[in-house]
This record gives sequence, C-alpha cells and structure tokens, in this order.
Amino acid sequence: MKVKVISRSTDEFTRERSKDLQRVFRNYDPNLRPQEKAVEYVRALNAAKLDKIFARPFIGAMDGHIDAISCMAKNPNNLKGIFSGSMDGDIRLWDIASRRTVSQFLGHQGAVRGLTASTDGRVLVSCGTDCTVRLWNVPVATLKESYESSDNSVKPLEVYVWKNAFWAVDHQWDGVYFATAGAQVDIWNHNRSQPVRSFEWGTDTVISVRFNPGEPNLLATSASDRSITLYDLRMSSPTRKLIMQTKTNSICWNPMEPMNFTAANEDSNCYSYDARKLDEARMVHKDHVSAVMDIDYSPTGREFVTGSYDRTVRIFQFNGGHSREIYHTQRMQRVFCVKFSCDASYIISGSDDTNLRLWKAKASEQMGVLLPRERKKHDYHEAVKNRYKHLPEVKRILRHRHLPLPIYKAAALRRTMTEAARKKEERRKAHSAPGSISTRPLRKRRIITEVE
Amino acid sequence: MCLQEMSEELDLKMEKYLRGGAANLEVLQDKKLKGQLAHRENLYGKSAKAAAKFEKWLMPSEGGYLEAEGPVEKTWRFKQEDIGQAVDISSARNQYDVVLPELGPYTMDFSSSGQYMAVAGRKGHLAIVDMKNFEVRREFQVRETVRDVVFLDHQLLFAAAQKKYTYIYSPEGIEIHCLKDHGTVLRLQYLKNHFILASINKFGHLHYQDVSTGASKSYRTGLGRTDVMRVNTVNGVVALGHSGGTVTMWNPNSSAPLVKMLCHHGPVSALAFHPNGHLMATAGKERRIKLWDLRKYEVLQTLPGHANTLDFSQKGLLARGTCSFAEILSGTEHYSRYMNHSMVKGYQIKNLLFRPYEDVLGIGHSMGWSSILVPGSGEPNFDSWVANPFETRKQRREKEVHLLLDKLPPETIMLDPSKIGTVKPVRNKEKPTKEEREAEMEAAIEDVKGNITLKNKTKGRNKPSKRAKKKQEIITKVKRPFLEQQMREPQLSRKKQKVSEEDELPKSLQRFTRKKAAT
Repeated sequence: MKVKVISRSTDEFTRERSKDLQRVFRNYDPNLRPQEKAVEYVRALNAAKLDKIFARPFIGAMDGHIDAISCMAKNPNNLKGIFSGSMDGDIRLWDIASRRTVSQFLGHQGAVRGLTASTDGRVLVSCGTDCTVRLWNVPVATLKESYESSDNSVKPLEVYVWKNAFWAVDHQWDGVYFATAGAQVDIWNHNRSQPVRSFEWGTDTVISVRFNPGEPNLLATSASDRSITLYDLRMSSPTRKLIMQTKTNSICWNPMEPMNFTAANEDSNCYSYDARKLDEARMVHKDHVSAVMDIDYSPTGREFVTGSYDRTVRIFQFNGGHSREIYHTQRMQRVFCVKFSCDASYIISGSDDTNLRLWKAKASEQMGVLLPRERKKHDYHEAVKNRYKHLPEVKRILRHRHLPLPIYKAAALRRTMTEAARKKEERRKAHSAPGSISTRPLRKRRIITEVE
Repeated sequence: MCLQEMSEELDLKMEKYLRGGAANLEVLQDKKLKGQLAHRENLYGKSAKAAAKFEKWLMPSEGGYLEAEGPVEKTWRFKQEDIGQAVDISSARNQYDVVLPELGPYTMDFSSSGQYMAVAGRKGHLAIVDMKNFEVRREFQVRETVRDVVFLDHQLLFAAAQKKYTYIYSPEGIEIHCLKDHGTVLRLQYLKNHFILASINKFGHLHYQDVSTGASKSYRTGLGRTDVMRVNTVNGVVALGHSGGTVTMWNPNSSAPLVKMLCHHGPVSALAFHPNGHLMATAGKERRIKLWDLRKYEVLQTLPGHANTLDFSQKGLLARGTCSFAEILSGTEHYSRYMNHSMVKGYQIKNLLFRPYEDVLGIGHSMGWSSILVPGSGEPNFDSWVANPFETRKQRREKEVHLLLDKLPPETIMLDPSKIGTVKPVRNKEKPTKEEREAEMEAAIEDVKGNITLKNKTKGRNKPSKRAKKKQEIITKVKRPFLEQQMREPQLSRKKQKVSEEDELPKSLQRFTRKKAAT
C-alpha cells in the first residue's frame, strides 16, 4: 500500500515572528475561482464608476495678466516653469507648483504674439505686433528668495526691430536658429540683428510656425491663405504647400513620430498629416464645435490637447477620431493657447479671460507618490476597464461627459448638418448615372490642392 | 528528448490556464482589430505559460494518493485503521467519531477554507468547531428541530433551518436575524459570490435572500416537497431534485426553471455537482446513481446503488452514503470504486461532506459525526487570496471587504457564465430577397436545361413537337416549387397593403373602404 495524505504543519504556512509579513501562497487554478469572468466584469464596472467619482481635472487658475493670453511657451529645461504672453505686451514666467508669477518680462509695446525658449532653456524669444523680436535671459530658479524678491522684472537681452509685425515664433529643437512668422517666414540667429534668411511663397500672412522635432532643419507653417507649407532650411525655396478649404490656426508635430503633424483648423476639426504624403489626412479629429485655436502634443506622442474658440479644451488620442476628454469651466472664455507639460501629466490653457488654467491630463489620476500596492491597483483597474470598455454598461459610464448647454446644442446641430449633407450626397448619387458622382472621403475632402 | 517531454508536459498544464482555445483571427477584415486581438492572445498565452510553470515548480505541497501494490491488493480493501497507521500522526488525528446518541442525526457544513465546521443535530444541537485544533468554539441548544445548517462566508455567520423559521447566528451563538418569510425550510444553500441564501421549504417554495441587503425573492416550484438541493458553484445555479424523478435548475431572475430534466424513474434522493461544473451526479430511489454531462444533458454513466447523500470533492472524487455505509468513487470520465467505509451497524448516514483543502471526509449520522481520511480528495495547494486555511482575523476582515466589493448581481447567475462580457452572435440572414430567389430559380432551370436527355421513343411519339413539349414539362416541373413559394409571399404582402390603404385614406373617405364581412 502506498498512501499519502495532505498534511500541513502550521509553522510552514504561518509567519514565525509577529513582525514578519504574512506568508502568501498562490494557486492559479481556474477551478478555485468560480465565476471569475463575472467578478472581473463587476470590477470593471466599479472601476469605471470610481473613475467618474474621482474625475476632478481642474487644479487651479493662475491670474495676473490684465489682458487675454495670446501665447505660451514651455521651458524645456525646467519642468515647473511656463512662459505666457498677453495681448497688452506683458510676458510672465510662472511657477506651476506654486501657481505664482516668478518674473515679468517688460518691454513689448503691442500684443505679444509668439513666445519660445531655446533648447537649453536659457534664452526666451518673444515677438509681437510692435515689429520687434526680443531675446531675454531666463532667470535661473535656484534659490527660493530670488522668487520672492520684489524686483522680479527682467530687461531684454537684445531687441531686434524688423519691417513687419510678427505672428509666431518657434525655436529649433536642436540648434541655434529660430523662425518668426509674419509677412514672410524669417530665420534668425541669436546674435544677429537681422534674419539670416527669409522665405516667401504667396503674399498672405503666415500665422504659425513649428520646427520639426526630429529633423532640425525642417519647419511647417500655416498661412492665412488657408495653406500649410513645409520648409527646409537647407534649400533655397519652400518645399511643399498644401491648400485646404479653411485656415489652419496652429500646427504641432508629433514628437515621437516626427514625420506626422496635426493641424488645428478653423473648421473645428484637427487634421493629422503625414508630411511625406500630403494628398490626404491620416486622421480627422472631430468634436470641437468652433475653430480650434491651438494644439500641443504630449511628449509621449500618444495624445494631444487642443484649445478652441468654443471655450473648451479637449484631449485626443493621436489615432482617435473623437476626443478622449473635454475640460471646461463656467469662467473659462475662448481658449487661445494650450500646452502639455513636459512630464505629460498636466495641461495648461490660456484664455480670453486673462487666466492660465492648470488641468490634470488624466482627469481621475491620483497625484503624488503612489505606494506600489496603490499603483498595482490602479494598473489593474485600468486593465479591466480596457477589457470591458466595449460593453454597453461600462461604455456608457466611461463615455459620459457633462457638456455646457451651448456646446451640447451646437454639437447636436453639427451632427444634424453633417447627417443631412451625407444623405443629400447619397441621394444625389443614387439618382445619377452610376460612376458620375464620386464621394471623396472626409480625409481628402477638405484639401483643395497640393503644390510642389 | 527530455526537454521535449518537459515542454509537452507544460503544454498539457497550459491548457487549463488558457480557458479555451484562441479565437480565429484569420476571418477578420479589420487589420487594426486583428493586430490588437493577436497581441492580446499572445499575452494570454504568456500568462498561461507562466501559470503552468508556477504550477510545475513553485507549488508548496503535493496531493495525496492511495495506491495498491501488486495485483492482489485493491484500494477499496484498505480499512481506515490501515491508512491511519500508514500516515503521520497529525493526519491520523482526522480520523475520529464523535458519538452523541441523543441529539442526532447530524448534518454539517464547512467554511470555504475548511477552517471551521458547523454541525447541527436534529434535536437542536448547534456547534461551531475550529478544525485546526478540534476545539469547539461555541456550542448551544436551540430546543427545537434543526434541519440544516450552512456557513455564510462573512464574519463567520451561519444560518440554521429550524422548526418554524430560519435563523442567522453570529459565531458567538447570538441570534442575529430570524428569516420568517422563508417558511419551514428543509434545506439551505449559500451562494458565496452573490451573498445569496437559497432555501427550499416544505411547500416546495424556493426562496432567495440577499444577506447583505435583505432583498428577497420567492418562486413556487410546483413540484412538491423536496429536501434535495445543491448549488452549482461554477455558475451559481440552484438545482432541486424532486419526487417525480425530475431535476430542475433555477436562477433568481426567472420564475420558471432554466432546465427541467427527467433523471430517474422514481424520487431523486441526492444530488451533487463536480467543482468544474460540467458533471452532475444524481441518485434515485430506484437504486440508480447517474452521472450527467451538463454541457449536453446526457448520461455519462449509470451506477447501481442507493445514496442518501452525494458529494464531490475538490479533486473530483464522488462520495455516496447509504444506511451505515459510505463509498468513494474515483475517475475522470468513468467512475469506479475507490474506497469503502462501513460505520457501526445501525448508524444512519445523513450527510457526507468533503473538507476543502484536506483529504478528509466528514460524515454526519444518526449517532453523531465522524471523519475519515480519503487520500487524494482535497486540493493540496490553497490560494491565500481565495480561501486561506491559516487565515488570521485581520486577513479575514480584509477579505470580507473585498468580497463585498466584488459582490455579483443576481443577473450573473446563468447556465453558461462564460457568456458574460461577450456580444450577441450575429443573427442568421433573413429570408432571401426577390432577386435572390429569381436567380436561384434561373440557376435551377439552367441546370436542368443543360442535361435533359430524352429517350428515343417509338415512331410517332418521337416527333420534335412532342419532344419539345416533354422538355417544357420538365422545366415547368423544376420551376414549380419556386413559383409556389412566390405565390405564397405576395399574398401576404397584398394583405398588408390593404390594411395600410385604409389607414392612409383621409378620415372622411375611410367609411367607403370595404368592410370585413364578419364584423
């Protein structure tokens, strides 16, 4: 006879001393866990509900400007600092952690239209409607008292006066040049009082400019003649131009896929393009109900934030047609500029009501240092939510957002309009000779031509 | 060679953790979705492999076994005394008889980790026993009939079905609730994940009560008095065995049984579910024990013998008890004799229950309760997060909170719980359209036309006109079923049209429409 029975000694399965951790044994056999799928589903549902409960994205407003915020710039060298320029010529450096002004940069006579910081974060470049480009030394935030000193205004390092008013400025990601946009695109060097070179294509005003994060010599601009133009500094003339049906207010390159950029368009959509293939958009991001004023990619390249004339800020997935999140408050007016913070966890928006607003990038994220157990729990919740997000009950909870009434109505109206247009097109097609009318996809429809 | 064997063994183990095969992704058109699903399948494979490796190398204990050596020895000839001598002292302590002749017959229930046992004597004796050191934690006398006792898994509460009502007691023996609307309950079952206490009373009413909120529901079975009730732990469905030989399965959302199967030609006397949920054992008074495959509702095996009580162990051993004799059967597909145990003559076995995570079978009988060793019946490795036999009070409290957070709604009780979280399958295509039907007819005609072969008939009957006529006949014969169907369809639609015509007319003109003769 061979016989063995289960026999467990208590010593083996319990802790030795009361200070020890309790011993944990695992057995992953599915038979021990009846109804595991139902349990998982209930957990997903609870996670979705908890997500809603903890969704408090607004952290605080930063007031100090006395006119609408027109532009902002991140400091690549300092996570806490953000520059903002307003329509009355005031430029301020803010400390995000304390939400206070660190220093003011006084000098512009008219509206500040463009702000950018150099790669090392030491020099701030600003330009405005007073036809000047100003270079400033960024105060180094080392000591705490320097923040609190009474005289916190900074004098410009250089002032370059030029022929025309400026609309935008952007610094090369890796290099010494910066580009301004106005009547034409000018490329500047830090220590030359005149542009090194100028590009011109057409007569209309260029309203935004962005350098490519991967290829330092490449830049994209948009102009008020509804065009998006690509330039290469190594060539004597602009390389390509794309004309759309409506004006593009701002452009942002995807920092992780630097061949792709997204354009914030006046027709309330954002269009993601592949710079190598401009005849159709890769993706149309719809949801805003009024002109999109500014756009900024998260440093992760997985999502971007947009600010719109409809007084809301939205967050989109880089490959998602609709927004993941909408932020709005009663007091926030038309949003002119938005920025993702350099650690991808905050969003700063600047609006017409002279305030900068600080938001969380993930509305229900728990801020601060997480214990490993907490982080594990959050990861688990995220995973089950993701697994069951297609089921109606979970989807309903996850998708629901409270919208201000005007935006809700405007969105409904837009839906009816697009639906009507689609139906009309369909009927026209049905009643014409086969093949005589071709429908162009939305990704191509808003493009007029592409010029080489 | 050795490596290959090892990988084969791992593959076998992986199957359990994969929980079914992968979906067929080749039929998908959407490339993005296909990529995402392929990635997920890959992850499932990895986690299953990790779990299989864990099972192979990291499990702390091994399961028990009882094997005969040589051709003469048989496992069922071994007595409990032999086994008791062969195993270690701490295990041999699990063989005992508690003789309480006045208060029997006894029935019992184990907590889900096997840490505690509740016993109830018919004459009103209730006790909670700590199984680790065989210490009676609490013992009291309710001075009335107690028919059944069941552990509620939180705060060590337990429910007892007494003479008139069902009561819930705290582990200290304090009465917490009196559940009056259950009526005179014969049998109790507890659904752990749903916090539902199910009972069957003497009028054949099935009663569900949520013990965390108090919500309750009652259904008439309409099949008479019965005290055969068991829960299938895999899906939470309650099965009842009736005196007519039927077994019905219930969930709290429908007033009619989900399944009604005729299992025996005579009253059903006992019922048990295998822990994998696919296998059900039923015993009838007509001396048959049947094993059912619940996926096909088919008999897998019929065994002769009576059983007052049946129970499956965690590892799938089946115990049956009748009079003073208990038999344990083993097998995967085909069950056969594994062990026997005879009590003192005259003892009547009331209840058999395997203790979870131990190789122990508890026997409640007319003279008290006993416990015997059944090697290979229990799961050797417990999971601390599921059921921990060495649970401390703090751990238990934390687990109760988690249990409440994961409490399942009663809607999740269904026959196939894997349906939760899936989408409805696409409906079959509706009737073929007119064009499709016509095309089908044309095809059939063409098919016939191609191979008409006419016999050469005698002179005068082989004229071209006659031959053409014959051909036409064949074609009409082929056409006929299609045309007949077509005739049937438009009639319906014409009827519909008539009704709508009447509705569409302006009110003033409606009086001129043709009225039906009958009305």
